[in-house]
This record gives sequence, structure tokens and C-alpha cells, in this order.
Amino acid sequence: MIKLQKVRKSYHIGKNEFPVLKGIDMHIKPGEFVSIMGSSGSGKSTLLNVLGLLDNYDSGEYHLNGILMKNLSQTQAAQLRNKFLGFVFQSFNLLSFKNAAENVALPLYYQKVSRKERNKLAQEYLDKVGLLDWAHHLPSELSGGQKQRVAIARALIAKPKVIFADEPTGALDSQTSLEVVDLFKDINKQGITVIIVTHENDISKMTDRIIRLHDGIIVSEQKEIINTP
Amino acid sequence: MIIFERDSWQEIFETMSKNKLRTFLTAFSVAWGIFILVILSGAGNGLKNGAQSQFGNDAQNSIWIEADHTSLAWNGLKPNREIILTNEDYKSIRNTFSEIDMASAVHKGWGSKPLSYKKEHAGFTVRPVMPDHRDLEKAKLIKGRFINSSDIKSYAKVCCIGKPVQEALFKKEEPLGKFIDVENSKYMVVGVFKDQGNGDNNRIYIPITTAQRAWNGKTNVNTIWVSTGTASLQRSEEITNEIRQMMAKKHNFNPADKNALGVYNNNAEYVRVMNMLDGIKIFVSIIGVFTLFAGIVGVSNIMMIIVKERTKEIGIRKALGATPASIVGQIMMESIFITGAAGYTGLVVGVGLIELIKSIGIDSEFFKNPDVDFKMAIFSVILLIVSGAFAGLIPSLRASRIEPVVALRED
Repeated sequence: MIKLQKVRKSYHIGKNEFPVLKGIDMHIKPGEFVSIMGSSGSGKSTLLNVLGLLDNYDSGEYHLNGILMKNLSQTQAAQLRNKFLGFVFQSFNLLSFKNAAENVALPLYYQKVSRKERNKLAQEYLDKVGLLDWAHHLPSELSGGQKQRVAIARALIAKPKVIFADEPTGALDSQTSLEVVDLFKDINKQGITVIIVTHENDISKMTDRIIRLHDGIIVSEQKEIINTP
Repeated sequence: MIIFERDSWQEIFETMSKNKLRTFLTAFSVAWGIFILVILSGAGNGLKNGAQSQFGNDAQNSIWIEADHTSLAWNGLKPNREIILTNEDYKSIRNTFSEIDMASAVHKGWGSKPLSYKKEHAGFTVRPVMPDHRDLEKAKLIKGRFINSSDIKSYAKVCCIGKPVQEALFKKEEPLGKFIDVENSKYMVVGVFKDQGNGDNNRIYIPITTAQRAWNGKTNVNTIWVSTGTASLQRSEEITNEIRQMMAKKHNFNPADKNALGVYNNNAEYVRVMNMLDGIKIFVSIIGVFTLFAGIVGVSNIMMIIVKERTKEIGIRKALGATPASIVGQIMMESIFITGAAGYTGLVVGVGLIELIKSIGIDSEFFKNPDVDFKMAIFSVILLIVSGAFAGLIPSLRASRIEPVVALRED
């Protein structure tokens, strides 16, 4: 599903160049449940942005679903994101003036799905995350966990192949975090590839594979051996 | 096309109605600009209409010559001597200046006289004139003809009567060919006229020569009225002066004696007032344009803020699959819709206020029929829409170029 070969990226601030990704080789198969870990500044968010076509990379090759992602126009990237990818963010990124159902329906708006169909599907996906009763509430009326579940429903509604979650539990308490990760597990069981960026061991150990990043390179890619008591 | 999709409109209305204050502020600056422009343009037109109606009744480039009594001693002659103009003076003035295209002379003809037809009686002014008088008065013939030069030559007893005279004497009877009794002589009606100036209708015109003979007036003329055609203001002032010099010499009075002979240049008055009004109009347009400009700057300012404010929202939308074109389209449509609707509101309110003023009837001599320059108003609405689009275009293009990841980072 996702294949990276020697992907490099650096940021330019003034005349200085700050390499962030220093040659990433990575392969994620369809249906995998992967977490990307690393300390702050390790490049994990940048990696996620590159994977999610939210950001460009400088060199190397990135194949998504067998297609080379290079020199994409913004329009092409937008269409690919809309079709193949779903996003869940730490700060939820719901539109504050749209209610839960409208937020969930938004990706379908850009697929030119009719309003009626959009609303129907939005209800359906809100039901899946257990928030059907909250469909007409604004984000400000929801708790953090509820907001994140709305965001997850939004990420799912366009039936993506891959879901990217950037610190999805970063703003949640541990109980809610577990619920959210359980939700991701369920999603993964339906065959959708799920990639979570996190720095919490509790979260990553629930995934099938942990990719550890340090200073822009992958230091380990294997499932952690859990210490059994 | 994005414009024809119901969904994109719904999206826009949703965004707008959930940002009511922002929408209102944008709309208000536009509506206000158009409102002020409409009011100013209406007031400007009111002033101009008022002034023009003051001058519009008579020929605007005319000189009016009126003899009276001397007030200054001259060449050993005592003051308070009566100056009497004659047909000869009329002819010499007319022939001296090639610029004069129309001329008339009036013999007496002030104050009303009793007129009668069959059993109907009425008092109207009987004014003995020359054929050009109709053009100088800008009177319109309703039927028949005016006094002509053969009437003048043959001392014909004919008259051209005003509409009120016809109504008073003939009721519904056909007036042409009938005879009106004026101080025991009969004058045949040859025409009926209507004058823009209301008071100018209450009279009948007869040939000057006829009156001079009938009223024992020799060849005396009380006033001479000439029009200077296309002569410039400067030239008409020269003519005015030369007429005074000419008549002073002929009738032996001090040329500086304004009381002996009044020579009034209507053109000078007209040009002076029209110049002033043009000045006012330019001033008013400048104010209008600057108000409009303030509206435009307001729109572009608020569009900048809107886009800035929505950077994050745009980032989210792009992450979810919004193409740059759809972002540009949405912001542009919103900007155009707000400017268009608000501009239209301002236009309607402004026109409504002007109509209200009109219906209340705030009319004075120099303020009449405040009217909206509709073309100008429509033009400015279009201008506002274009500027709304322009104001929305640059920020929205900038927003559409922002990498979603950068927009999402902003908190």
C-alpha cells in the first residue's frame, strides 16, 4: 500500500537548511495497523504529512497504492487525499460552525455527492462511532473524545484505503484514548490500513507494528516484544 | 460550473449565516457606499433640475433690452428723461450683429386687458410682438401658427392665444378662425400655444405693428429681445456692451446710466449658474466616488481578514480533499454575493429615500425632482461586484496556494 524509498525532506528557514527526513525506507502492506513513534523533532509528523500528501518531499520515491507520488499538483493531491486517505488530527480540526453531521459529510461534498446522500451517510457513520444522538451538535458542545470520534467518522466516510492519525489521543484522557484506539482497531479489522503517529507507548503497543524514528531515520521496524510479567 | 450547483450555494449560505457579524460588516460598508452615492447623485440632479427649470422656459442665450428713464444728467440734459426705443432701433440692433439669430420687439403689452368672445369674457395680457418671439419664449404651438412676417407687414388683426385663454373663451369650441374682441377691435385666432413657464401662458400675442397702429403707439418699442445663437459668453457680453454704447449715442444718454436702458444678458447668468452647478456636480461625484472607494477598500480589507481567519478552515478542507479551485471559487462567490446583495440593498434604500423626498415634495426654486442616475448606480453596483471579486481573488488565490500542512499548523 505504502512504499518509501530513500525519501528525504528538509526545511529551509532563511539561508539555513534543516534536514528532517534523512532517507526513509519503509513498506506498509494493505490492512496493516502501524504506529510511528519518536521523540519530538524526530520527523514523525513530517513523515506523516508526506505520507498523507499534505506535504512534498525533496528526493526519493513514494508509491501509494502502486502509484508514484511525485510532482503532484495541488489539485491532484487533493483528489487523491479525498479518494484514498482519511485524516485524524490531535486537535480534531473540526469546522467550528458546522455541526457534527455536517463535519462528517464534508469530504463527500468535495466528491460532489448529493446533499441527501451525504446526510444519510453522515448519520450512518456517526452511528458507527456511537454519536448518532449528537449529530446536530456543534463541536463546542462535544467532549474531546466525542470530537475525536466525529473526526474519525469524517475520516471514514469517503471509504479511504488508509487512515492517518496524528497523535489522535494527545488531547484525551487515558480512558477515552483507549476507546479511540479500540475504534481504530475495529476500522483496521474492516481492512483499512491505519497509521498512527504517537509518542505514547500505551497506544503503540496496541498496534501490529511500531516504526521508531530517530533524528530523521528509522531505527527499528519490528513489533515490540512485550515484557510479560 | 460551481455557480450553478445548489450545494455550493448552501455551503456559502451556511458559512455566511454562521459568521453573521462578519457578513454584516462586509455588507454594510458596501451598502453604505452605494447608498451615499445614490443620495449624492440624487441631490446633485435635484439641484441641476431646479436650476434648469429656472432657465429652461426661455431662450438661454438671449439679451433683453428695456428702455426707461435717465437717472444721470448728460450733455446738458436733465435726468429723469424718458428714453423711447423704436422699430428703427430694433432693426439697427438686429442688423449690426451677425450673431443675432432671433429678435423680437414688444410694444407695451403689460397688464391684462379685457377679452371677449361671444358671451365669454376674460382678462389676459395682450402682447404685441415679432414672429421670432415664439422661439425666444420657447412656446410650443398646439395648433395653427404664430404671428408671421406678413402679419407684421400688413398690420393684420390676428392673434396667437395661450392654452388658458382658449379654455376661458372658447371652452370646447374650435378657436382657429374665430374672432376675439380686444378693446372693440376684432382679432382672428390663428394659433394656440403652450409655454413651459406657467405665467407665460396667460396671454395672447398680436403683431407689433398692428398694436402700434391700433393703440396710437407710433413706432415705439418698449423692449427688444434678441438671441445671440451660438456666440460665446465673452462675445455675448461684448454685444451687450456694444448695444448699450450704440443706444446711448443714438438716444443721447450716459452709457453708464443703467437706469436709462437696461441691457440684460441672460446667457451670462445661465453660464454662471451652470458653471457653478457643474462645479457642484463634480464635487458631489468626487465625494461619491471616494465613498465608493472607501467601500471597495472595506470589502478588500474584510476579504483579507476573512481569508486570514479561515486559513485553518481552508487547511482542513484541503486535507479532506478540497481542490484549490474549489477554495478560490467558494471565497470568490461569497465575496461577490455579499457585495452584490449589499450593493443592491444600498441602491434600493437610497432610491427609496429619494422617492420619499420626492413624494413629500421638498421642492424649491433651486431644488426640483431629485432623481437617481440609475445608470450610474447600476454601474457602481457592477463595479463593487468586480472589486469584490478582485478583493476576494488575491487573498483566496494566496490561501489556495498554502500547503495544507502549513495551514493546519496555525492555531
